[in-house]
Amino acid sequence: MRKVWRVCPGYGTLSLMTAGDAAIHVRGLVKRYGDAIAVDGLDLEVWRGETFALLGPNGAGKTTTTEILEGHRKRDSGQVAVLGQDPQTAGRRWRSRIGIVMQESSDVYELTVGEIVRHFAGYFPRPRPAGEVIELVGLSGKERSRVSTLSGGQRRRLDVALGIVGDPRLLFLDEPTTGFDPEARRQFWELIRALRTAGTTILLTTHYLEEAEQLADRAAVINRGRIVAVDRPDLLGGRNLAAASVGWSDPQDGPQRAETDAPTKLVAELSARYGGEVPDLTVSRPTLEDVYLRLTGEDS
Amino acid sequence: MSQSSVLTQPAVDGEGRLPSAARLAVNRAGIELRQYFRQRDAVVFTFSYPVLMMLIFGSIFKGDVPHTNVPFTQYFTAGIAATGTMSVGFQGVAIGIASDRTDKTIKRLRGLPMPRISYFLGKLLSALTSGLVQLAILLAVSTLFFHLHLPTSAGRWLTLIWVFVLGLATCATLGITLGGMAKDGRSASAVVLPPFLILQFISGVFFTYSQLGPLLRGIGAVFPLKWMCQGIRSVFLPDTFQTQEPAGSWEHGKIALVLLAWTIGGLAVSLRTFRWHGKHEG
Repeated sequence: MRKVWRVCPGYGTLSLMTAGDAAIHVRGLVKRYGDAIAVDGLDLEVWRGETFALLGPNGAGKTTTTEILEGHRKRDSGQVAVLGQDPQTAGRRWRSRIGIVMQESSDVYELTVGEIVRHFAGYFPRPRPAGEVIELVGLSGKERSRVSTLSGGQRRRLDVALGIVGDPRLLFLDEPTTGFDPEARRQFWELIRALRTAGTTILLTTHYLEEAEQLADRAAVINRGRIVAVDRPDLLGGRNLAAASVGWSDPQDGPQRAETDAPTKLVAELSARYGGEVPDLTVSRPTLEDVYLRLTGEDS
Repeated sequence: MSQSSVLTQPAVDGEGRLPSAARLAVNRAGIELRQYFRQRDAVVFTFSYPVLMMLIFGSIFKGDVPHTNVPFTQYFTAGIAATGTMSVGFQGVAIGIASDRTDKTIKRLRGLPMPRISYFLGKLLSALTSGLVQLAILLAVSTLFFHLHLPTSAGRWLTLIWVFVLGLATCATLGITLGGMAKDGRSASAVVLPPFLILQFISGVFFTYSQLGPLLRGIGAVFPLKWMCQGIRSVFLPDTFQTQEPAGSWEHGKIALVLLAWTIGGLAVSLRTFRWHGKHEG
């Protein structure tokens, strides 16, 4: 483990272990715009190598937080260390270890895929080979095509190529699959999983809860500038502990539904009652969406 | 999507050297020129500017500058060369930077390990290149169709080069300053047009500077265009024409000083005021 504590002064109580394992470490982050508080005492820890999803409604403070972590906005107070350094003062070396995938792009239409990826590689001390990156994002056949001729999904993959060509340790992915069709989204997920396997830490902001569930090791729900829950997507907000909903069809009484803490026991009873198969059996826990809506108060 | 590709693991420590600011500037200029020359409409407009101006002035002003035996062509070729340089440097760079903000180029660039100075120098280098092409077209057209006499001494060509380079650097730094403050491409063109137009009238571009009243002359003398024109006149007009200049000489030293002062001042202001993150962004 590298001795990260040397480069993050002001962390009196932070142990070497914690600082070394955290790609992102945030304590009590506050950001105001005039009278409005965008981020209100936010704490966040993203471990090296994990894919971490930041979920939350519009205006919850996701973008502001991400921009502070990227070094593009100044905070009003709180401690922030990204890859062991304060983004507000970190230099070019730090920036060369970070990749940012933008939400949209209309700036490189006249260039070919190969030209723009090679150009971006030129900013970094040790870039990935451009051809390898283009292949990785599935644009090999498009290397000589102008960006203006790419489809929306191909353009997003190009954005990812530009975000990873510098071989970043930490990648910021902002709403990466907005506007994708389901097939393109699944392909994109494969790409993100491949990056994770290669050891890249990924901070993903997304509106798609399914995406967080598919990709993230852990997810945080942010609401009104604070983190209201952090956990594995399947455990988030106590999803796993919530009552299960068991549904079946009774031959006489029609569709039935029961909420229970012991679904296995109920299913066994039903199985005995119907002599084997339970007609139209379903067992479900609250979806991530249910939990999300509860946490962000949008169901009230 | 190819899952089989081998991802190279980053070297954890002992990372490679960061590219120098100068190399990044050259890379920026290269990619910007490539993008620029593929936008056919912009290219056609930039390079037809000197030709159109020559056609207009060549058909209006015939003969010699009054009280001299200097053909008018020599005079307004110098003026068009200077305003063309200002157009490429000042308007071109200001609108270019503002458009970079509109189309999110700046947003993309701010996430890269690149100092601002490389971005600025990239703009300057690409403006120098297109300015040079524009100047070459102007001189070719003037010589072929309007009987322009090109300078014959190496010293005069040298003067042309330094006045052009320094003048363009001055205009480009001012373009960077203004373009960096503009909200988008449209507001940038609105902001840069008035100074461009007004300075053309008070800098002795198309009629002799000495005909202007002392107040306008004084105002014109504060700004770079007057000095760029004067410098380029010293390339295309005979030394006897110096008597027509307010100071009675070409004032090369003063030209260099004024342009340098504007460049340094412009650069200092733009480095202080330029933000990767526009204040108009959410």
